Amino acid sequence: MGKSLERLTQPLSGPRVHLPALPDYSVLRHCVRCARCLPVCPTYQETTLEVQSPRGRLALLKAVADGVLPVAAEVEAHLYHCLDCRMCNTVCPANVPIGECIVAGRAAFAQQRGLAWWRRLVFRHALISAERLGLVLAPLRLYQRSGLARLVRLLLRALPAPFARLRTLEALLPPLPAHPLHATLDVITPPRGVRRYRVGFFLGCMMSQLFAAESRATVEILTAAGCEVVTPRGQVCCGAPQDDQGDRVQLRRLARANIALFEGLGALDAIVTDCAACSHMLKEYGALLADEPAFAARAAAFSALVRDIYEWYDAILPATLGRPRTPPLRVTIHDACHLANAQGVRQPQRRLLGRIRGIEVVEMTAPSACCGSAGIYNITHPAMAAQRLERKLQDIASTGAAVVVTNGPGCLLQLRAAVRERQLPWRICHISELLAAWGDLAAEEEPTAWEGADVVTPAEALATGSIPSDCAGMPLKE
Amino acid sequence: MIDARIIKELKQTLGAERVLDSPVDRVAYSYDATWAEALPDVVVLPLSTAEVSATLRIAHRERIAVVPRGAASGLSGGAVPIMGGICLCLTRMNRILEINPEELVAVVQPGVVNMDLQQAVGRYGLFFPPDPASWDMATLGGNVAENAGGPRCLKYGVTKDYVLGLEVVLADGSVMRTGGRTIKNVTGYDLTGLIIGSEGTLGVVTEITLKLLPKPAARSTVLAIFDHIEAACQAVNRVITSGVLPLTTELMDGDCIRAVQRQRDYGLPEDADAVLLIDVEGWPEALQREVDLVQAACEAAGARAVHCAHGEAEAERLWAARRAISPALAELGDKLGEDIAVPRSRIPEMVMRIRAIGRKFDLRTPIFGHIGDGNLHPYLICDRSDAAMMARVRQAAEEIFLAAIELGGTLSGEHGIGLAKRDYLERALDPVARAQMLRLKRLFDPHNILNPGKLFAETETASAP
Repeated sequence: MGKSLERLTQPLSGPRVHLPALPDYSVLRHCVRCARCLPVCPTYQETTLEVQSPRGRLALLKAVADGVLPVAAEVEAHLYHCLDCRMCNTVCPANVPIGECIVAGRAAFAQQRGLAWWRRLVFRHALISAERLGLVLAPLRLYQRSGLARLVRLLLRALPAPFARLRTLEALLPPLPAHPLHATLDVITPPRGVRRYRVGFFLGCMMSQLFAAESRATVEILTAAGCEVVTPRGQVCCGAPQDDQGDRVQLRRLARANIALFEGLGALDAIVTDCAACSHMLKEYGALLADEPAFAARAAAFSALVRDIYEWYDAILPATLGRPRTPPLRVTIHDACHLANAQGVRQPQRRLLGRIRGIEVVEMTAPSACCGSAGIYNITHPAMAAQRLERKLQDIASTGAAVVVTNGPGCLLQLRAAVRERQLPWRICHISELLAAWGDLAAEEEPTAWEGADVVTPAEALATGSIPSDCAGMPLKE
Repeated sequence: MIDARIIKELKQTLGAERVLDSPVDRVAYSYDATWAEALPDVVVLPLSTAEVSATLRIAHRERIAVVPRGAASGLSGGAVPIMGGICLCLTRMNRILEINPEELVAVVQPGVVNMDLQQAVGRYGLFFPPDPASWDMATLGGNVAENAGGPRCLKYGVTKDYVLGLEVVLADGSVMRTGGRTIKNVTGYDLTGLIIGSEGTLGVVTEITLKLLPKPAARSTVLAIFDHIEAACQAVNRVITSGVLPLTTELMDGDCIRAVQRQRDYGLPEDADAVLLIDVEGWPEALQREVDLVQAACEAAGARAVHCAHGEAEAERLWAARRAISPALAELGDKLGEDIAVPRSRIPEMVMRIRAIGRKFDLRTPIFGHIGDGNLHPYLICDRSDAAMMARVRQAAEEIFLAAIELGGTLSGEHGIGLAKRDYLERALDPVARAQMLRLKRLFDPHNILNPGKLFAETETASAP
């Protein structure tokens, strides 16, 4: 018998290290290491390093379970290099839930080594509800209004490299709305006309605090389409940031609180949210709490009701929207990772935009490739995030679109900051803004306000922006 | 373990950021797409031929094993550093240096991914025929090292048929150029051919000159359904003898059909023993004639039904079923994929032998493959945590190898020998040829530093005779 074949087919003995939160060993060994996830992984694309690939990260987790690698900081750091964009999940031939394994790995490390102090601070105390986020943002709102902002910006620019993160953070922050939505929205917003649906509205922390106007537009469209919108007070964060950053304990608390809150609203046709990260997380509650007898069935029932705003619009809005226009507005769709890759929602937004007359959709090469925002990734890993952003800007430029539509608040922050900083001629908008103006629905703003958004050729975009031209294709020798 | 002094020297030579020796990095370079695992001592990421050469000079002087590696999507353990040493990862040498549409030539570095080349030459209306299933991640350096094939090799041949010239760094660090840029070239020994398929045991390829072809205008897909798998194999022979050289002749047996149908309805009949997907390509004017001939040949071979896909959508649905085999089989358990090839006329017999071996060892053996080129991929479905079953899997794999050899075939069609099949090489090769191969290995690599333990056991290549 061949010794070499024996070496390849040795029976697996199973894990030697047991960490309760580590992905199940049978799931880890289900990875056949075919490498199919390498070319689609953003961090592998940038580095071509195996440790920066989904396969590499699963190998590290398996090595931890095998006792080959310690539960130590240097391994944990690698788990956090992942953007959690879930692109790998979409190509895995063995259907390994790679993204879920990586965040589970983060949770296992947190459980074993403790949560970093700043994560504890942010994910247990600051980013736990729109209200609490408001307390954090209050001084910033003051700061933006005080005229101090310009001075600080100048100061930050002059500061040395270690302050780069602060600079990134400052640059990302959009002008804050005067009032977050949760403070002004009634619990019940009646439909205009006949009530066709009764929907629970889940307010994302980011949407409410940073993009109140966009979310207000969502409510306007929903009510115009015959929805009674029920927005219960006391909503807490969906838990997506906690899930991403290894805080499963807090995530479960938040999930239970939201489920209990929405259960008290009576019969609902759907629980709708206009944040892609929230809709993903809320849909995961069923799986998350499946091991809690008191919550399993309730969580499953809750998740079954959840609809991303694109899905809900696609389901309830009329077959044709808007008015024909010449030339049509050129729009490209940026799919949030947690919408397209994690939920598999790709068609509803395309069907929806296809129904708006006066709009022409031009697709990017990789609409669901991460823009680098990735939750707090652009703050924790600014260099990699910047590389991803460059690719995304290049892809947007290649479409010649004037408008980029998305429903990820992180994406809005990231792309709008780039547009502001480089004075790019694009309007980055939330789907509800676009629908409100161009769908002839709840139009407070006339499409004329969009006139600045002209069709731009890639060459023009490149000329105005600072997109490095070496991103374009592969170099050829003369 | 490599001496710290040598790692320091490597870091000084290439720069510390491209010489990785942390435990985390070593784990990440310890595997390929097989189940084998072994840690390298250090990972080196060269950017140029000069850096590869410098690395090999050090390894040669210090007698350190060097394992060249691309995307590590190989299926024979070739990129697993079983002797430790240096993992020479070439993924950063990924520039397309030249595309010449008039000469139909491309010059690439070894880390270029096959698909990236396809896309780049596609803009000129050209294509690179070798299309291994791993084409979207595998590197061209790896394709050359394994002499990779793919479904369309029946019509176009394999990697070696499209390599005109190479730049190779030899074991001692010297740089050798072989071949050239012309299709005809009989100047001296064919060293290009020697390096192709040598699995990193004779040198490290650092530049590849490739031959391209103009992209055909149109393609048609025919689906033929059979009640007996032998008839499907006969049909392929009939198609070819009727004067048509199809692009692909993909066989899926009943096990595969049912596995993919369980996941989604691809419109395949679950009671069939086998289906064939036959594609022809060329000018649209000629295609209908070829489709007619294919249909007639399949019917004559006893097909239950023959169907030409109407439009791209249907063709795509059929090919999606073919691509779904691998994931669908993953649902059945762990799998050991094999890669034997036999002369086309012996395919029916080989299929019967595989089924008999499956029954003998009580293992499921779904079969699919590009049978027109004689290449079959029987899978052995198993459970890696079951020691008794894994022993049966090894015995079954061995019997499959031996059956292929007995029928005049070969151990590997396109995956390579690597670690997985090296112990069977003796039975698969002419003894005189094998002895010459060992002499060649010693000539090229006197200190046995290049991918030791692959193709041949490290003891066989260890010292000069």
